Order: sequence, then C-alpha cells, then structure tokens
Amino acid sequence: MTLAPQKEPESLSFKNNMAEEVVLLDYWPSPFGTRARIALAEKGISFIHKFEDLSNKSHLLMKMNPVQQRVPVLVHKGKPVCESDIIIQYIDEVWNHSFPLLPSEPYQRAKARFLVDFINKKVHESSVKVWMGAKEEQENGKKELLEWSKFLEGELGDKLYFGGDVFGFVDIALVPFYNWFIVFKTFANFNIIETECPKLVMWGDRCLNRDSVSKSLPTTDQVYQAYLEFKRGWAHG
Amino acid sequence: MISEDKNHHLKRKNKSSTQLIEMAEVKLLGVGGSSYSRRVEWALKIKGVKYEFTEEDLQSKSPLLLESNPVHKKIPVLIHNCKAICESMVILEYIDETFEGPSILPQDPYERAIARFWAKFLDGKCLEAVGKALWSKFGEEEEKSKQEAYEVLKIVDNELKDKKFIGGDNIGFVDVAANYIPFWLEIVEEATGVVLVTSEKFPHLCAWRDEYLNCSEVKENLPDRDTMLGFFKAKVLAATVAK
Repeated sequence: MTLAPQKEPESLSFKNNMAEEVVLLDYWPSPFGTRARIALAEKGISFIHKFEDLSNKSHLLMKMNPVQQRVPVLVHKGKPVCESDIIIQYIDEVWNHSFPLLPSEPYQRAKARFLVDFINKKVHESSVKVWMGAKEEQENGKKELLEWSKFLEGELGDKLYFGGDVFGFVDIALVPFYNWFIVFKTFANFNIIETECPKLVMWGDRCLNRDSVSKSLPTTDQVYQAYLEFKRGWAHG
Repeated sequence: MISEDKNHHLKRKNKSSTQLIEMAEVKLLGVGGSSYSRRVEWALKIKGVKYEFTEEDLQSKSPLLLESNPVHKKIPVLIHNCKAICESMVILEYIDETFEGPSILPQDPYERAIARFWAKFLDGKCLEAVGKALWSKFGEEEEKSKQEAYEVLKIVDNELKDKKFIGGDNIGFVDVAANYIPFWLEIVEEATGVVLVTSEKFPHLCAWRDEYLNCSEVKENLPDRDTMLGFFKAKVLAATVAK
C-alpha cells in the first residue's frame, strides 16, 4: 500500500525535530556507510548513529534489512532505506530545500547514476581483488583500478567536482574508495595514480578537506585494521 | 527497424511541439532478444515515445555503439538529442524524468527508495544467482549455485505473497527489472535442462509470471520464443563442446 507523502514543517527547529526520527545503522570502516554519513552531513541532518558488530548483527538490522542483512540502513520515521546510493537519493529527495546532491537536469542525473553504478561495480570489485587477492589477482586489481581511475579522471575533466562546481552524488560515492587507494599505497604498492591521474588526486584532496568528508571518513589506519579483521572471517556490505 | 506506435497520431495531438521535436531524436541501440533491451522498449512504448531502433550485432559492434558506450560496450544505449545514456535501469529513470505519460517510478520518496532497492536486487544479486545456476552444468558447484538461486527466488516469492506485481498494483520499474524471470528464464531452463522455478517451490512467483505475461504491454514486446530457444540451445552446444 502506498502511504501518502507527509509534508515537513518549515520551522527553525525542523532539524532538531527530525533528530529522533533519523537513525543510521552503520559500520565505521565501511565505504558504503561513509557515503551515507557524508550525505547526512552535507544536508546538516541530525541523526542517531548506531554501530553494528558485523560478526553479531543486531536484531534491529536484521529486521530493517532482512533481504541483504547489511549496513548502511537509514531508518527514517521507523521505515528503513537500504543501499548507500539509494539512501543518498532518498536524502536528496526528502531534504530537498538546500544543498542538492544530484543535478537537476535529467541527462546530468543519468550520467551521475551511471558513474555511481560504475563505481559500485568496477571500482569496488577491483578494490576487493587488491584487498583479498593472491599476488596475481592483486596485480590484476591494481591494473584495473588504474584503468578505472583514468576513465574517471576523463569524466572529471577540469571540473572541481564530478557534477561541476557543486560537491554531490558521484563525489560522495567515490571518495571512500579514494580513501582505500591511500591505504593501498602502503600495503599493496599502489602508487600509480599520482603520476597518471593528477586531476583525480587534486579532486581527492579537495574532497578530503571538506568538513562533511573529514568528519565522516575512517582513518587509513582504521580501514587497514578493519581489513585485517575482515580477512579473519566475517562480511560487511 | 523503425518502431511503430499505432496510436501515435492520436497521442501527438496531446503533446507540445517541443516534445514532438525531442521525440524525433530518440534512438535505441539494442538487441531484440535481450531482456535489458526490452526493458527500455517497454518504457518508451508506455510513454508513447516514437524511437528508431537499431538491432546491434554483438559479434561485430557498430562504431556508434562503441563510441556511445566506450566503458561497457554493451546494449542497450538510448541516444536522445545526440546524447547517450547507458545501463537499462539508468535509462528507465531518464525516460521517466524526461517524457510525459504514465509513471515508471512512484512519486513518493520512500516508495521510490523501495522500488530502487527491489530493482537493484532483481537486476543484481538475483539475476546473477539465477544465471549462474542455470548454466551450472558447465561451471562449478552445480548444487551450491542452485541453492543460492532458490534462496533469492524465495525472497521474490515471499514479496509477492499479498501483491499482484512486485512493485504493487501495476507493472513499473521493479517488475521490469525482473523481466527475465517470466520469459527468458524458462527458455534457458528448457535449453539447459536445469529447472529452477516450479509452482510447488514458488507459487506466488508463478502466479505473478502468468499475470505479467498476460499484460498487453508485455505480450506485445517479447521476442519470438522459438528463435530464443534456438539461440540458447546453440549456446548450450558451444558450452558442451568447450567442456
């Protein structure tokens, strides 16, 4: 059954009223959780942050996301929204009075969705090869990441952000993986993008300096420690 | 092959001249036998958009396809006003936002999030598991692949318990994401001999399949079954020889 959309009050205490109603089920090192945090921070949305022990998932998480059983899950007025790219679009559509995260024009929106889909599949898959693969697979992963980085640098061009002058959907989707590239430098000798993709590196530094990103991103050490735990057995999404 | 919309001369009376000019610039690079390509054709047809269809030869991809989708080199690609949009579900959202007509996605943000979630699951994890299981005779771990496919199909079956369509009362974004299940899946089952879907195991899924295939907007937008069976039988033969 479709519920009628509810109109939000336009009062000054709007954001505070929402505080009890927005919950993020999360796992700090997760790049997908990071995306949701950045989007909430960009919009200035107060929320309750609940961290999951992924080796012992909470009853709430299993109830809110029975199909995929993974974080992040945004719970808004008791109703769950799952999958980080879907969460970002939901946040943008509900809190639509300021700081748009997606472009307004349909073709630009399609381009943004295409790039996020590309990052979700290609960048993520190749990154997992670097994390988890034996020597040869890891090398393949690195080669692929270089190819994807060159493609993304081409898409970025001379713009400040992927959407133009404004930080948005594609930047949010990519920056947690850019953070992974920094970790790959230390343990997998992944140095190439600095020389081969200078614009992407400048974009990365620009994003890391944003308030919403710097307060949402796990440190490279936290990411590496999580990887070691992950290798020891349990999954995160 | 130019698509024919029988009532387009009636619909044109209701559209602005700007939209008429826009509609004239719609091209679809696709393959008639592809479920991904058919998703986009469904969307264009329900919006009443006139388009020029080019059947691609996937063994010899056209320069236009390679230029329009350099990253994936795949169909379908929608070209509108000389701009290319790739990935079938991205194309569907674009069509919904660009052209007037019946909605493909719900209007409410929460309902849209739910629709996107199911579409992502059906087009992603579910499709992958089903595809792997259907071809498991030629791969590894046949039983394991089948179990994984049963799990995802059960999720879909459960979702259909109290609903006519996965997306609710009407065919939309979600059901079209699952379009391979009612038609293509059964043909591959026949070609490979691997049967996944039975009414004993998935009663609601089977009921939905029949309902879905009975809709004119679906029936009139399917490839020829015998041709598809021939295609998949050839693939089975090639895979058998390779093994």
